[in-house]
Amino acid sequence: MNAPLKPSASLRQRLRLQLLGLIAILSLLLYFSVRTIAGGAAETTQDNILSASATSIIEALHAEQDDILLDIPYAALSMLGANSEERVFYRIMTKASTITGYDDLPAPETFPAPEQPVFYNSEYRGSAVRIVAMTRVITVRDTPTEVLALVAQTRLGQDAITARIANTAAALGVGFFLIAGILGALTVESALRPIVNIAQAVQRRGPHDLRPMLKPAPLELAPLLASLNSFMERLRTALLRTEDFIAEAAHRVRTPLATVRAQTEIALRRAKTPEDREALRAVIRAVDESARSAGQLLDHASVTLRADKMERGDVDLSALVKDLVHGLAPTAEIRDIRIILHPAEGEFTTIGDPVLLMGALRNILDNAIKYSPDESEISVVLSAEEELCCITICDSGRGLNDAEQKTLTRRFGRGSNVADVVGSGLGLTIVSEVVAAHGGSFRLTPNKERGTCAKVCLPRK
Amino acid sequence: MRQSLPATKIVGAILAILALAAGPPRAFEIETEQYFAAVDGSSEITIMSTADLSVFAPLVRGFQNRNPRVSVRYVVLSSAELYSAVLAGEAAPDLVISSAMDLQTKLANDGFAQPFRSQATETLPAWARWRDELFAFTLEPAVLILSKPAFADLPRPKTRQDLIELLRDNPERFKNRIGTYDLRTSGLGYLFGTQDTRQSETFWRLSEVMGALQTRLYCCSGQMIEDVRSGELALAYNVLGSYADAQDESNVDIVLLEDYTSVMMRTALIPNSAKNAQLAGTFINYLLSTDGRALLRAEIGPGPLDTDTFSSEQNLRPIRLGPGLLVYLDQLKRQSFLRAWASAIIQP
Repeated sequence: MNAPLKPSASLRQRLRLQLLGLIAILSLLLYFSVRTIAGGAAETTQDNILSASATSIIEALHAEQDDILLDIPYAALSMLGANSEERVFYRIMTKASTITGYDDLPAPETFPAPEQPVFYNSEYRGSAVRIVAMTRVITVRDTPTEVLALVAQTRLGQDAITARIANTAAALGVGFFLIAGILGALTVESALRPIVNIAQAVQRRGPHDLRPMLKPAPLELAPLLASLNSFMERLRTALLRTEDFIAEAAHRVRTPLATVRAQTEIALRRAKTPEDREALRAVIRAVDESARSAGQLLDHASVTLRADKMERGDVDLSALVKDLVHGLAPTAEIRDIRIILHPAEGEFTTIGDPVLLMGALRNILDNAIKYSPDESEISVVLSAEEELCCITICDSGRGLNDAEQKTLTRRFGRGSNVADVVGSGLGLTIVSEVVAAHGGSFRLTPNKERGTCAKVCLPRK
Repeated sequence: MRQSLPATKIVGAILAILALAAGPPRAFEIETEQYFAAVDGSSEITIMSTADLSVFAPLVRGFQNRNPRVSVRYVVLSSAELYSAVLAGEAAPDLVISSAMDLQTKLANDGFAQPFRSQATETLPAWARWRDELFAFTLEPAVLILSKPAFADLPRPKTRQDLIELLRDNPERFKNRIGTYDLRTSGLGYLFGTQDTRQSETFWRLSEVMGALQTRLYCCSGQMIEDVRSGELALAYNVLGSYADAQDESNVDIVLLEDYTSVMMRTALIPNSAKNAQLAGTFINYLLSTDGRALLRAEIGPGPLDTDTFSSEQNLRPIRLGPGLLVYLDQLKRQSFLRAWASAIIQP
């Protein structure tokens, strides 16, 4: 009935995986965008310097009679070498021939339009180079002539910058992934905390706690909590109704039984033959037992009912025990059983419901009397143990074996050797539930020679 | 300047004959060649250099003291020949040492040099190396040298402006008695000249004034120093200070002009075609080592690792290594520069 639920995929895991995936994608995006943008910026810087160099060369071009002359400014090439180890190449050419410079420097197939320099990458003398091509039209012998200036620079620095940028971008990506990953994990935890809190609150509740959950719940969980509360309310109502019904039934049975008993006793007194008397005594015993069972059912129902809204007040256990012994002494004397209450020193005060505690202890003593042989003794000892006060009731009855101790405290569970004594099996259930409701403990142990000891310990005030 | 030992000459001649006999004539002309044989010569490097043998012989011997099993072939040639030797890739030198910073830079820029890294090169200041391929190991200023007798009753010029005024005021005294490099034939003179135009416009005015006084043009610093010492020249402009230092100074005054003084750096590089690049690296390390620097200081002057020189002398302007030097190697640039210079310096 309580087979553990097989959980579907963990919410936490799903959230974590999805967040990590998202962050990984963002990290990669960051890496590539930093690389692209910074790499582009570095390339633009190199292009700008190349362009400035080519401009200064092309502006120094002039025609003198039939010749195109060029006085390359010193700065045109030295600016390319400033703070760098780049190799520099240049070529000035017309469509017909190379005027000066490196005549095998790769040129574009068509001359770019004037004022519109073209940049391209190429390979020259074993190195990757960046080249700018710039055109200017000068008039030689009244003929406009296109002159192309090429300025090239190796890309060592460019490559170094690109590599450095790649490293930085990678570090940024990894850093982002780590930080966002940690923050993401924290977010998942914080988002799931209300669920965990509610789950724990439900788990912490005792089996009989059917009060509504009043913890504030996040909007998304409110419907679930409302359903849970309404479910618990219905369950509680149903339980109360059942217990009411049992109490009512027990009460209804007990009253006519009292009448039957009274009438049987009258009949017993009038009976003539010993057989009749024996038969009537059996009737009385059966009626007694039924009455007792009905009483216990009633007790049990009231324990269940009362445990929810138990009265809490100071209870003087020594007075309570004295009353109890006093009340049950007549029943015991019928069978010549002596109840010995060992005198105890000090105060034994606990907090709880006196009616419930009295009911529980009466059940124990009642059981002790019931299962004790005639002319025996029952001892009742009140003792203090650290923060607890304990009541130990020992009989010299038939005792019980170890395995039975647990089953005895279940509803309607009975010992294996009591078939000849009437009993409902409810008594010890009541005891254990009452003691648990008071935060105490209840144990059954074999007595030294024969019989059983029942020990109830309750927290001391 | 040439070694006067007959034995060396004979060895050189034999070697030259052997070289001629061994194969086709080289694509370049050498001036001198000497073979420094090791006692147990298990390995050998060829150094091609523009530095005179007399300057470098002590360094080669110092190197061999440390590396006794290495034979060294030391070849002296002009910077232009050296450049074409590396370009041709034949007779493959393992180490190239030149005062022509621009040509050396072009070799490195055009991919004819291989990188070399060592503790010594790492400690070089950034301006004294380029791309881990070109390493400067000397600092040699371009100086003005004066003949002491000629300037007996004249103030010593401190700046180029002083010099211009002095020449204008005493044309008869300096006529035909001024020397400077012929920039058309001397790579070093061209380097100094072009660097001068970068620093200030006074170079052009000075050239005009010198041209008007029938300035004599020389191929080499040694010759100019010689003529100043003999009194044939009253002054020589843009002479390599290290060579002037190395000579007898009794008749000669060396002036580091205060407006600015260009400082040339002799550089070493290991060509791609080097057969023994590792030993060439060892030689560079030696040039930069304490011992090597001490020898260089004695023969030529301080190196970039002796940087105190720069903090004390504000007017010293080292010529920076880098692609800027390529500008003056441009054909058109060179032509127009030399045309302008020639029209200034050569006046009828």
